[in-house]
Amino acid sequence: MTAQAVALYDEPGPKALARHRLYGALALLVLAGVVAWLVYKLFDTGQFTAEKWNAFTYKGIQELLLRGLGNTLRAFAWAAVLSLAFGAVFAAGRLSDHRVVRWLSTLVVEFFRAMPVLVMIFFIFIALKVEPRWALVAGLTLYNGSVLAEVFRAGVHSVPRGQGEAAYALGMRKTQVMTYVLIPQGVRAMLPAVISQLVVALKDTSLGFLISYEEFLYAGRQIATNLDYSLPFIPVVMVIAPVYIGMCMALSGLAKWVEQRGRRSSRTG
Amino acid sequence: MNVLFDNWDIYWEGFIGTIELTAVAAALALVAGVLVAACRVSPVAPLRVFGALWVTILRNTPLTLLFFAVVLGLPRFGIVLPFFAFAALALGCYTSAFICEAVRSGVNTVPAGQGEAARSLGMTFGQTLQLIVMPQAFRSVVPPIGSTLIALAKNSAIAGSFSVVELLGTYRTLNEMGYSIVWTFVWIAAGYLVVTLSISAAFRLIERRWEVAR
Repeated sequence: MTAQAVALYDEPGPKALARHRLYGALALLVLAGVVAWLVYKLFDTGQFTAEKWNAFTYKGIQELLLRGLGNTLRAFAWAAVLSLAFGAVFAAGRLSDHRVVRWLSTLVVEFFRAMPVLVMIFFIFIALKVEPRWALVAGLTLYNGSVLAEVFRAGVHSVPRGQGEAAYALGMRKTQVMTYVLIPQGVRAMLPAVISQLVVALKDTSLGFLISYEEFLYAGRQIATNLDYSLPFIPVVMVIAPVYIGMCMALSGLAKWVEQRGRRSSRTG
Repeated sequence: MNVLFDNWDIYWEGFIGTIELTAVAAALALVAGVLVAACRVSPVAPLRVFGALWVTILRNTPLTLLFFAVVLGLPRFGIVLPFFAFAALALGCYTSAFICEAVRSGVNTVPAGQGEAARSLGMTFGQTLQLIVMPQAFRSVVPPIGSTLIALAKNSAIAGSFSVVELLGTYRTLNEMGYSIVWTFVWIAAGYLVVTLSISAAFRLIERRWEVAR
């Protein structure tokens, strides 16, 4: 009955099952009550009136939203590519044999991981006077790149020690050991974590809203604060939220799929 | 250096604001997260579905969107609270999803045999939970909760853009007063480092206090 064996409960007998069914019915009632109240509130405050939704039938508004979505995806693509590169460089730095390089990379990675990403974005935007898009991309790159550097390093370390030792024993140089032996095996372990971090980057592109980068949420706000459409606030959230959630869930789903595939192939292989 | 001492009051107010917001949101997130985790491991199917929905939706929503919806959307429902309460609500709900997953995976690390053994000794559900499952789950839950709370402290910076007094928001006042922007940000960064480093130190202490030799 339960999804997996948990230490908390036994397999329920007939009495317990009946009790669980009763609790389930009660919980359903409460949840249905909450949903009904929400829907009532939505109707009560007139969120479904035509004038609030009319705005979405205009071509200009649709284009505004699509342009915003395009800008979000563009910022995400830049941030993803650049943070992967940043992560690779600093992971290599942290794995270096030279002490100075190692310390420097550790300092950079630890600092940017400890800083709120928004502080970096604001610093780049205001103090360095960079235009919003590149301030956003740079901030996301520094933060997510640092986290990815740690992910890469952990992935390389997750390969059994004997693999590297065997490669050295065959006379490979350090670069060869890395590129032929450690990285190809490490990638499998680190791929799910890399994709989950990209989900974080995708979510954080919405921070561009705060520095007036014309991304999806910003476009939504422009519509929501327009008096001509009688401030369609809730409708805008109802349109925007599913798109964001859908994109992030698709990426998280990809991460989960990759993880399961990796687990299966390592068992057979 | 001058920027800090000349404007100690402004910085201090912002710093306290960040700490208050983090503390209130953390309390909310811990309570809600544990409750939702209880739903997710319960044998009652509708509660499990509710927990799964809560976690999936909140984990995949950008926090800025959540702030946007809560701070600017809830007033449309006739719910009017101070900005601070809205911000704490948004941060707390968002973080509760991550706390829930940490707690759930902690409970799942306890082998099923432990519970079976406890029940075969005649322990009630409450006793099993209190004496057997919780002490073991607690140790594996502490580190992920620590990093979740550090993320919460960092995320609280977003609240500054929604009219809440906190550390990052102080740059606006100082900028208008004409202080060097770079130094302003250096001290803001230092403030955040103090908060995050103290949280991680506190959790390291908790971890060491409850550690057992295995």
